[in-house]
Amino acid sequence: MPAVQETVERVKRIDVDQYRYGFETLIDSEKAPKGLSEDIVKFISGKKNEPAWMLQWRLEAYRRWLTMTEPTWARVEYPKIDFQDIYYYAAPKPKKTVSSLDEIDPEILKTYEKLGIPLREVAMLEGVEPKPGEEDPARRKIAVDAVFDSVSVATTFKAELKKAGVIFMPISEAIREHPELVQKYLGSVVPTSDNFYATLNSAVFSDGSFVYVPPGVRCPMELSTYFRINERNTGQFERTLIIADKGSYVSYLEGCTAPQRDENQLHAAVVELVALDDAEIKYSTVQNWYPGNSEGKGGIYNFVTKRGDCRGNHSKISWTQVETGSAITWKYPSCILRGDNSSGEFYSIAISNGFQQVDSGTKMIHLGKNTSSRIISKGIAAGKSQNTYRGLVTAHRKATGARNFTACDSLLIGDKCGAHTVPYIEAKNSSATFEHEATTSKISEDVLFYCVQRGLSQEEAVGLVVNGFVKDVLQQLPMEFAVEAQKLISISLEGSVG
Amino acid sequence: MALLEVKDLKVRVEEREILHGLTLTVNEGEVHAIMGPNGSGKSTLSHVIAGKPGYEVTDGQILFKGEDLLEMDPEERAAKGVFLAFQYPVEIPGVATMNFLRTALNAQRKARGESEYSTPDFLKKVREVSKSLNIPQDMLKRGVNVGFSGGEKKRNEVLQMALFEPSLCILDEMDSGLDIDALRIAADGVNALRSPKRAMVVITHYQRLLNYIVPDFVHVMSKGRVVKSGDKQLALELEESGYTQFEDAA
Ligand SMILES: Nc1ncnc2c1ncn2[C@@H]1O[C@H](COP(=O)(O)OP(=O)(O)O)[C@@H](O)[C@H]1O
Ligand SMILES: [Mg+2]
Repeated sequence: MPAVQETVERVKRIDVDQYRYGFETLIDSEKAPKGLSEDIVKFISGKKNEPAWMLQWRLEAYRRWLTMTEPTWARVEYPKIDFQDIYYYAAPKPKKTVSSLDEIDPEILKTYEKLGIPLREVAMLEGVEPKPGEEDPARRKIAVDAVFDSVSVATTFKAELKKAGVIFMPISEAIREHPELVQKYLGSVVPTSDNFYATLNSAVFSDGSFVYVPPGVRCPMELSTYFRINERNTGQFERTLIIADKGSYVSYLEGCTAPQRDENQLHAAVVELVALDDAEIKYSTVQNWYPGNSEGKGGIYNFVTKRGDCRGNHSKISWTQVETGSAITWKYPSCILRGDNSSGEFYSIAISNGFQQVDSGTKMIHLGKNTSSRIISKGIAAGKSQNTYRGLVTAHRKATGARNFTACDSLLIGDKCGAHTVPYIEAKNSSATFEHEATTSKISEDVLFYCVQRGLSQEEAVGLVVNGFVKDVLQQLPMEFAVEAQKLISISLEGSVG
Repeated sequence: MALLEVKDLKVRVEEREILHGLTLTVNEGEVHAIMGPNGSGKSTLSHVIAGKPGYEVTDGQILFKGEDLLEMDPEERAAKGVFLAFQYPVEIPGVATMNFLRTALNAQRKARGESEYSTPDFLKKVREVSKSLNIPQDMLKRGVNVGFSGGEKKRNEVLQMALFEPSLCILDEMDSGLDIDALRIAADGVNALRSPKRAMVVITHYQRLLNYIVPDFVHVMSKGRVVKSGDKQLALELEESGYTQFEDAA
């Protein structure tokens, strides 16, 4: 049987039950009743002890949302979502306030251990002064904010970050403790009226991470949030807001997993980034939500709005994403290049297998002078999946000297899948230079045979070729994540060759 | 026991029979040359021995060290010591040659139940071999065969042969596309690997290569069969008289 044929045969037998993060954690939880109404919005706001302005903000979003309809332009298909059949709030129900990890339900800690996120070890390092001039790379610190269902359960390294002046905390806390910052920036990049899912999120978001890096500060460690959906029929609506003040730098990592469930679960997050003059934000995601089973049953609907605003001159925002999970992905991390000489980057690896549908890409909106952007997208489609890159590059009338380079490469494994590239380019300024390259290739039988002749199994061969294909993007990830991402890529393609 | 026994092998590709009952016996330590015009089935034979998908064996047998080779996956054959140096080695962008060599070597060792090489041991070994083949270290950092010249690609094949230490090496048109200097380097590399424990099957269209890699036996293939076998003299005769005399015999 020719190799590709064989691959296709094996894909038919694909069992996404190989999803490694499909366990469920049995903990007591507290839920709001199903469905959405003003009362639910008030309930969520009340649970969080929010100030009146926040509730008002949410209610406005909710009323706006009632007038909106779901977008249908993406190349994804799914049955209509019943928004009244979803729980909008679920919180693990242990103690009222959590001041140390010891007070967290051990089941949740175990969950994070299973995910390979060592909250406890990280916490043990907290407060331990590093010896002067000494940095042990093996123990490089990563501050973690863990969000379980809708609630942040632990944030580590708070004290050390505080010393540097960096604020890293659940957004629910930031709303109470730093209302001036939240009020100033929340919704300033993704307005509450932006789109159906962003508006929904604005009404019901329950938690997420908040980061503020003061002027001139280089954040002393990687910041990271791990999101986990555990409850049944629960939507997850987290909200992340990161502000890099003048001349500051921060690198932020985001990881996501969910248990295996027969029903689809909705995840509609909003991420807003603001970079002021000379500031830089590097935002990396490894998204591994449950993709659904071999028949395409279950899995996360991942409808996410991520946008960065290069508000200041010489600012820079860089998105790197490795997307392997979710039944449906609808996601376009974008950059508004408002400041002069600002730059935006988008590096993406999107892998789809089984029945997954991915419609992802970016928007680079050039407004300031001499702005530049770079898009490197690698799509890999296997099984019966559909993988679309959708990208918009625009230059405003006043955006003299705008530059963009886009390279979109797609790799197909087998012949039941599809890869599509949908670029939109609009230059309203004649001095803009936009370059676009796109390739689509099939993983070749000759390459696979070469590898197996040298002793690799089919599966190892596919993994190797794919990792080579995505190398340019993997290199953009912080090292810890790159290793994780590489493993994830092999795992998510496992079903594609048996 | 012979190292490789091909018995009355019949092979089809897309419903067409390409090999019509081919027989070949190779013992340890021997170097066999297979010569023949284009389209006579030389590459087909090498692919079937190595287990390339897409070929249907309708009759006959291939035994390797007494075991039925046709029952094994290609990677299993590789681990057991079958190595095919490709006429056109493929490019694998983004996969550093060094990484590829190590992954492949360790996969083979693992399949044989041997321990994986440690990084220093592996690097030492690669350095030794690549030096003797005149392969610069920075070539090993590049993607597998990406941007390699014809000569570099062939040397990379010989490098792998030296690293993996197979007991059967099949070299398919190693001379194609090489100038004399490049050919000599590659051939020296191959000769250095000749050993009483290892056999080689050298496939070539031209006699030229056999001046550098001198065979013990020469077989002439035509239209999917071995039509004549002899010693190295046969290659010289072919150079004089060409392949046409065998067209009818086939
Ligand atoms: N994949 C294939 N599909 C169809 N015909 C093939 C294929 N591979 C080889 N052939 C045919 O088989 C015959 C032998 O080819 P090959 O083994 O490449 O010969 P050689 O290596 O001696 O030049 C040729 O007629 C060739 O056209
Ligand atoms: Mg040939």
